[in-house]
Amino acid sequence: MSNRFRDSRPLEYMRSGDETFLTTKVDAVFNWGRKYSMFLYPFVTACCGMEFMSVAGPRYDLDRFGCALPRFSPRQADLLMVVGTISHRQAPVLKKVYDQMAEPKWVIAFGACTCSGGPYNNYATVQGIDTIIPVDVYIPGCPPRPEGLIYGIMMLQKKIQGETFTDPTLRQEHLVNSDGLFLEPQRIDELSEPFGNSVHQTRSA
Amino acid sequence: MSAATSVAALRAAFGQAVVRDDRICGDAVVWVAADRCHEILAWLRDTPGQDYNYLVDITAVDYRDPELPLEVVYQLRALSRAADLRLKVPLAREGPLVVDSVVNLWRGADWLEREVFDMFGVTFRGHPDLRRILMWETYNEGHPLRKDFPLRGHYTRAEQTRQALGANPEAHYSMEELSIAQAYKELPRDMQERLEASGRLEGA
Repeated sequence: MSNRFRDSRPLEYMRSGDETFLTTKVDAVFNWGRKYSMFLYPFVTACCGMEFMSVAGPRYDLDRFGCALPRFSPRQADLLMVVGTISHRQAPVLKKVYDQMAEPKWVIAFGACTCSGGPYNNYATVQGIDTIIPVDVYIPGCPPRPEGLIYGIMMLQKKIQGETFTDPTLRQEHLVNSDGLFLEPQRIDELSEPFGNSVHQTRSA
Repeated sequence: MSAATSVAALRAAFGQAVVRDDRICGDAVVWVAADRCHEILAWLRDTPGQDYNYLVDITAVDYRDPELPLEVVYQLRALSRAADLRLKVPLAREGPLVVDSVVNLWRGADWLEREVFDMFGVTFRGHPDLRRILMWETYNEGHPLRKDFPLRGHYTRAEQTRQALGANPEAHYSMEELSIAQAYKELPRDMQERLEASGRLEGA
């Protein structure tokens, strides 16, 4: 602890994980700027897109949250909003888009299909995008109400407000293994086990 | 009514190759032998009285009863006469699931046959580019719409996700898909040469 006080390089000192008055003020300003000027990438694949479009419309307005302008290029966006079912064929595309985004980046899983595969418990659908990319906010629903998306965005804003640049782990990629799976294989299998009515659907003829 | 006359004309022209015919929910359905189905479909398209010039769909049925054969279904329509006809080709499960491709009769059959190949495993002889269309090209779990394929697939979820991420979506474009005149100039030189060599370019 005393070593750090004698450290003559202030940036090193700040990145050591110690939060001080100065760092919290810097965080407050940066996070305020980030949370109120999100550039969304609406990665819309299915019916949830209609709900997204209605939230972006005049009645439930996204502009008042600062997320009015969608950027359909991952290089220019900071919020990847995955909207709609992701099939296994779409999975490498989604991963590539996420990898192409620059830090800081956040991901919202919008809709039941992105949270857990939704009603599609079958051979073709990714059972939750958190198996392939890290997700910050999950918004369940089929489709979620527009108020749900607004609540999710406000939740993300609170999350961004709580971030600090002195935390070095915040902006690291966490690939579990070289296959690019974001969760461990056993964990994916545990989470995807059938329950309820789905137990009848694992049989073949 | 005109479909019923088609059935009668088919029986007159092909005899034993027309195995069975029926009227199901108002639609005329004909079962034909697999070895002559291309000939029969060509006859249906080209004969002046028949003129089934619109191939609406090609699909297949795998009945739950294992004694019933797998059927490839062709849905035809004669636009000038507003007549529909359904043609079914039964394929024995233990034999090779092979049928002649009708791409030379109707160009729309291209992707329709690819879908049947992907989902049921029926091979279409003479198809220019028979590969999977709904699943990715290197998908190796099987043919999903067969009745012996479980709904969630054979592999574990982690394995399926891993294989899905390993599929390279940009690697598998056919020459046909690339021979669009506008895109030709933007292609790399080696691809342009391959397109010219294959002879499938239409006035680029």
